Amino acid sequence: MREQMEAVMPSPHRDEPRSGAKDGPAQAGTGDIILDVAAASCRFDVSASGLSRLIARQPRRILRAVEDVSFTVRRGTTFSIVGESGCGKSTLARMVVGLQRPTEGMLNFRDIRRADGSFGPPRVQMIFQDPYASLNPRWRVGDIIAEPIRELKLRPDENSTKARVGDLLEVVGLSRSDASRYPHAFSGGQRQRISIARALATEADFLVCDEPTSALDVSVQAQILNLMVKLQQEFGLTYLFISHNLSVVRHMSDDLAIMYLGRFVEAGPAEQVFTRPRHPYTRLLLDTIPDVERPNRERRPMSGEVPSPIAPPPGCSFNPRCSLAADICRAERPELRQMGEVRIACHFA
Amino acid sequence: MSAPLLSVRDLRIVFDGRHGPLTALDGVSFDIAPGEILGVVGESGAGKSLTGTAVIGLLDPPGRIAGGEIHLSGQRIDNLPPEPMRRLRGRRIGAIFQDPLTSLHPLLTVGDQLAETITTHLPVGRTEARRRALDLLKEVGIPAAETRIDHYPHQFSGGMRQRVVIALALCAEPSLIIADEPTTALDVSIQAQITTLLKRLCREHGTSIMLVTHDMGVIAETADRVAVMYAGRIIEIGPVEEVTRRPHHPYTAGLMASIPSVHARHATLNQIDGAMPRLNAIPPGCAFNPRCGRADDICRERKPGLPPSAHAAACHFPLKELVHA
Ligand SMILES: Nc1ncnc2c1ncn2[C@@H]1O[C@H](COP(=O)(O)OP(=O)(O)OP(=O)(O)O)[C@@H](O)[C@H]1O
Ligand SMILES: Nc1ncnc2c1ncn2[C@@H]1O[C@H](COP(=O)(O)OP(=O)(O)O)[C@@H](O)[C@H]1O
Ligand code: SF4
Ligand code: SF4
Ligand SMILES: [Mg+2]
Ligand SMILES: [Mg+2]
Repeated sequence: MREQMEAVMPSPHRDEPRSGAKDGPAQAGTGDIILDVAAASCRFDVSASGLSRLIARQPRRILRAVEDVSFTVRRGTTFSIVGESGCGKSTLARMVVGLQRPTEGMLNFRDIRRADGSFGPPRVQMIFQDPYASLNPRWRVGDIIAEPIRELKLRPDENSTKARVGDLLEVVGLSRSDASRYPHAFSGGQRQRISIARALATEADFLVCDEPTSALDVSVQAQILNLMVKLQQEFGLTYLFISHNLSVVRHMSDDLAIMYLGRFVEAGPAEQVFTRPRHPYTRLLLDTIPDVERPNRERRPMSGEVPSPIAPPPGCSFNPRCSLAADICRAERPELRQMGEVRIACHFA
Repeated sequence: MSAPLLSVRDLRIVFDGRHGPLTALDGVSFDIAPGEILGVVGESGAGKSLTGTAVIGLLDPPGRIAGGEIHLSGQRIDNLPPEPMRRLRGRRIGAIFQDPLTSLHPLLTVGDQLAETITTHLPVGRTEARRRALDLLKEVGIPAAETRIDHYPHQFSGGMRQRVVIALALCAEPSLIIADEPTTALDVSIQAQITTLLKRLCREHGTSIMLVTHDMGVIAETADRVAVMYAGRIIEIGPVEEVTRRPHHPYTAGLMASIPSVHARHATLNQIDGAMPRLNAIPPGCAFNPRCGRADDICRERKPGLPPSAHAAACHFPLKELVHA
């Protein structure tokens, strides 16, 4: 299908594999560890208020949004987190940008040397899913992008700030004159470009992108994903990329982790996880997504739903939906074990 | 194809705004056969929901049908007065929307809502209605339906709520269901459960479905035929395999190629530059011409029509000619 389309659609450079940012222009420190997350957990106390709990004699209710998660992110690469709603992706993202404190464990950014010679911790910015809610509707686009430049005094005066804003608009594929317009005049995809320009304005090194294209149409999504890849190659950006869309993740990731009920169930180099998924949940996810290239009209859906993170099932939390589940799965939680380059939490992997 | 269940001919929808009328749907024509699933895709604002809204007669002012006809089983329904239209809706056409909560009453148990809908449309008593309600909940796959029937909507998960809405749409055994992004708000694993359920309904009850979504994967695995919309028009329609694998319209081809593959990693995604025009700035001729690599003078002057063939594209230079040349 792609071959035929290529013949008819004059589309630039498809089909050559891209191996991370390693083939991009040499960036100092590309591939070095930039973020190290060690046994991070985030728990929320969702008990009823103290008094009513005492009256009703209810125990405390603790929601384990993220449980004992460890991983490292290499500079200039994309680490993706995949999983269904409520599995803890956004909570993890918020911990990485510092909007949420881990209840246990640590998240450490390593100092980096930048192209301009400066040395220090990476600057981290977040791109949100909803490009409508994340931009102040009363500000002109130029002021939205200039705010961090003014705030952080990244340019000496107003003229160079304006010039920088104009440059950034062009970098993300908008025009300099868009600076004087308000967000409502832009489509969803254009607003996401503005969010990216604003993040770049801080001279960010590390972008946490929480479902950045989920609210966009596929054709607009392609524009934004291409832009993100281009910016990564040009500026050596590191991405923590969050999505529930496996084909988008396949396109973007160097490394990836599959989450289920707050825990990693499989993590490793994206290529390996996609070509040889080993955790039953990963396999089911890959078997479940509707596939336009190889449609399977008899696809059998995964049964059941994601259980509550307040009272996860004992043992392996995937056991109620797993066709391989045995007694040990209901009794003992499988550790995330290193198997070659991939880590898997399953008694039978 | 057997006589169509639904036939939409040359439908035009206009919004009377402050700056004059805006044409939101411009000559939309399609049929749905009994038991068939017609997928409708296109980017947001293309006119998918408006088409569905017009069919179920829920178009609100300032929107109005400015031309064309809608027939259900041969009966013209676009000019029905409100009351007969209300009876038709629910009885012969069911609706499922993206957000299940919009279709459910928060203060009534799901059993009461189902029973009430059943007694409104069918000549049955309370006891029989409740029995049918229970059967419906079982049919759409609600576990422990005997107890769940007395629960309120907020006690259900998103996926379960959407099942309840489907049960509600099925109450009067309608011959057509309009499903507008029924799985968009749901997780992938739940989404597959819902589309499988919709397919089973078609197979077992002969229900026809107009399935509006922007997910080509869902279409490829669920629909029999697909209509691709762009700027208020159907620009390509045909059997789902043909349209997704051998698109004739340059926009469909670009759309298909912009979907990332789950089987391989590519350097760059195919991208269609620019954006779909707004209603007040639709270019003359073919609305896609400013973004089209094949555009020629005629594309900027003459609006291409949609030929009546089984697989048709509204394009002066459809891709098939090039492929067969
Ligand atoms: N501030 C909070 N207080 C209590 N519970 C919370 C809070 N924030 C998140 N949670 C819960 O933590 C769990 C993980 O939430 P999170 O937002 O990280 O999920 P997610 O994977 O991003 O889901 P989605 O795909 O729907 O965005 C959920 O059960 C959620 O309800
Ligand atoms: N009440 C309204 N007033 C003016 N324009 C509207 C109204 N409702 C919808 N439209 C316009 O009609 C077009 C089609 O809308 P819609 O059918 O909702 O698109 P889709 O479902 O394909 O995303 C859009 O350009 C939209 O802005
Ligand atoms: S540990 Fe058991 S239940 Fe869990 S995924 Fe593996 S086989 Fe399935
Ligand atoms: S009619 Fe012309 S501009 Fe429109 S899609 Fe066909 S070739 Fe392109
Ligand atoms: Mg989230
Ligand atoms: Mg819509």
